[in-house]
Amino acid sequence: MTLALPSGPAPAPRRQLLVGSALAGLAGTTLIGGMLAVWLLERQHAVDAGERFPMKYIIPEVATNVMLITLFGLCFFAQWAVYAARRQDRGHTGLALSVVIILGLAFVNAQAFVYSQMEVEIAEGIYGGLFYALTGTMMAIVIAGLIFTAVAAFRTLGGRDWQSEIVSANALYWYFAAVAYAAVWFVVYVTK
Amino acid sequence: MTTLEQSGTGAGAGSKLLSDGRIGTAVGAAADWVTSTDHKKIGRLFTGFGILGMIAVSLIAALRSLESVADLGAFNAQQLDQLAQLHHFGLALMVALPLTLGLSIAVAPLQVGARAIAFARLALMGFYTWLAGAVLTIVAIVNGGGISGADSDMVDLFLAAMALMMFGVIASAISVATTILTSRAPGVTMRRVPFLTWTALVQSLALIITAPVVVGLIIYLFVDHRNSALAFGAADGLADWLPRFFTAPVVYIFAIPALGVFAELLPVSMSRRHPMRQLVFTGAALVGVASFAGVTMQKAFPVDFSESGQDVLKSLVVMAFFVGLPLLGIAITLLTSLLVAKPDGSGAPKPRILSPLLFGLLSILLLLLGAVVGVLTQIVDFELSGTAAVEGTVALVCLAAALGTLGGLVFWAPKFSGNKPDEKKVLPLALLGALGVVLAGVPGVIAGLADSDNSLFSTLTLIGYALMALTGLAFVGATRGGTSDGTNNPWCAHTLEWSTACPAPADNYEALATVRSAEPELDQLPEGSPS
Repeated sequence: MTLALPSGPAPAPRRQLLVGSALAGLAGTTLIGGMLAVWLLERQHAVDAGERFPMKYIIPEVATNVMLITLFGLCFFAQWAVYAARRQDRGHTGLALSVVIILGLAFVNAQAFVYSQMEVEIAEGIYGGLFYALTGTMMAIVIAGLIFTAVAAFRTLGGRDWQSEIVSANALYWYFAAVAYAAVWFVVYVTK
Repeated sequence: MTTLEQSGTGAGAGSKLLSDGRIGTAVGAAADWVTSTDHKKIGRLFTGFGILGMIAVSLIAALRSLESVADLGAFNAQQLDQLAQLHHFGLALMVALPLTLGLSIAVAPLQVGARAIAFARLALMGFYTWLAGAVLTIVAIVNGGGISGADSDMVDLFLAAMALMMFGVIASAISVATTILTSRAPGVTMRRVPFLTWTALVQSLALIITAPVVVGLIIYLFVDHRNSALAFGAADGLADWLPRFFTAPVVYIFAIPALGVFAELLPVSMSRRHPMRQLVFTGAALVGVASFAGVTMQKAFPVDFSESGQDVLKSLVVMAFFVGLPLLGIAITLLTSLLVAKPDGSGAPKPRILSPLLFGLLSILLLLLGAVVGVLTQIVDFELSGTAAVEGTVALVCLAAALGTLGGLVFWAPKFSGNKPDEKKVLPLALLGALGVVLAGVPGVIAGLADSDNSLFSTLTLIGYALMALTGLAFVGATRGGTSDGTNNPWCAHTLEWSTACPAPADNYEALATVRSAEPELDQLPEGSPS
């Protein structure tokens, strides 16, 4: 005997992209958090063994500070994109997302500058491997954000249906990236 | 000329196959399976490879035990080490994880009334990433990679493959968790979600929290090993850091949906509503606490009773949190579910012994045993750390999770294939599998407790793994075919997924149903049914 349930009301609007981005941000938080924890542990081991950490390298603090400011500034423009997208303002949404991409590229450029200035040898000592693994992972997170922003811009500006949720999800991702970099900046470049 | 005649016959058959389109149909079906975004197919791909992994890992473990018992001399020390790694990592990452995650992907969207899984292509990509990682892990270990491998490039490949597997798992877990959080049908509140869905959510969130920590560590290990091996060391560093994520208590995460299978099936078997749903939810969530053990990157939370009272108390609190709470969670899930079986004199229908329930019951009992042993391994006075007991615990937990998932696959088979498996064929496999799990895991624990390397223990372990391989093979045979009674709900089950057709259509539901309780199908049944 098959008993059919009566039809229900229409489902509530889904926020899949936002929730998915939040979960991805949670995963990224534990990724960076775990890597920072290992960094601190290895630094403690090095210091206990009487070694200098980060050995002979001089950190270009202006560049690293500007990277931090860039990411938080980027969040401002990502939020502007959300504001504009909710009002279906195509021009300002496109402008804001473009600035987000430019600032993201500026972050990558600044990281490359830090690499070239510090000239850390990856195979020399404990520091090299840890430094490139952690900062490289952070840069990968930013590059993933750039791809996400490009997709969001394409779907928002070029799609048939106006979608503001993906812009909100994109902003959420950048908030996560900014907080993650703030932690990396503090541990790697400030307390060293 | 017989050969020519046969050749001619074969060509004729081939032409016939081509002409009636059967080859095209087969190719089309295969293409549909490998590119499908239907969550039921993605989940079954995961579980299919999980069963294959169970058979392969059981045979490898049996081979290890055979070498130990018979001293065949067929393997050198390095090869034995490679087998041990395939066994250890395989149990967690190629058996328990794909089986439980696959069941969650296949069933949870149906249970919450979703038409599709969220980010279906992400879930499919997760499967292929996991599969590629698993294959590359095997290739790397076999070719001299692995933790203590002699070939440096293969060790690097092993690390990259492990990271790939973790990426796949994270992707699929995000897909499952987002579905449960956002795609529930009207009326399916979080308090009303079925037990399997709840445990799938807990497992997914635990994986999303834990697996990235493993990825981060692997990135460090990879960069360090590829360049200087100064920060973490070579083989010693890998051996010290990596296995901690694939031993108790972190492996409990891989087993969480097995609790959901049991909690889901007992009320169906008793034809009653579960009286204490929130406690079962709490129990499953407590097992998820094991994820924090993964995040802390600690492999042990030892308690040494020979220390002073205050030190013992401190270490007891830590151990109770990380290891004791998951044990408590399993116990709560078991005991509160058993309340359903308590006679209440209300004239409820006669209980039915369902074969999937037997899988689920034996699974949770073995999980409980594994969790108890997991607590014992943390107590220094038992001196179990580094002994066969640790490996026995992992075997108990992972294989028990596999057993529970097999029960789930039997139960939800009508939604996948349209047919209910023959219970007479399937029921003995639950007992065979449980015997296999006990023999695969318990001898190692006893050997550790007795501090003995008696060959009897290896012999029993050999038999246990052989039984597990046999169970896997027999399960595949027993669940093929089956019968259909033409109804949507052949088990007289209670949850929403049983309102849709068997097999469920690609978009799950033709119309969304009204849900007013946690057991919408039970609401529809006349008093006294189904027995």
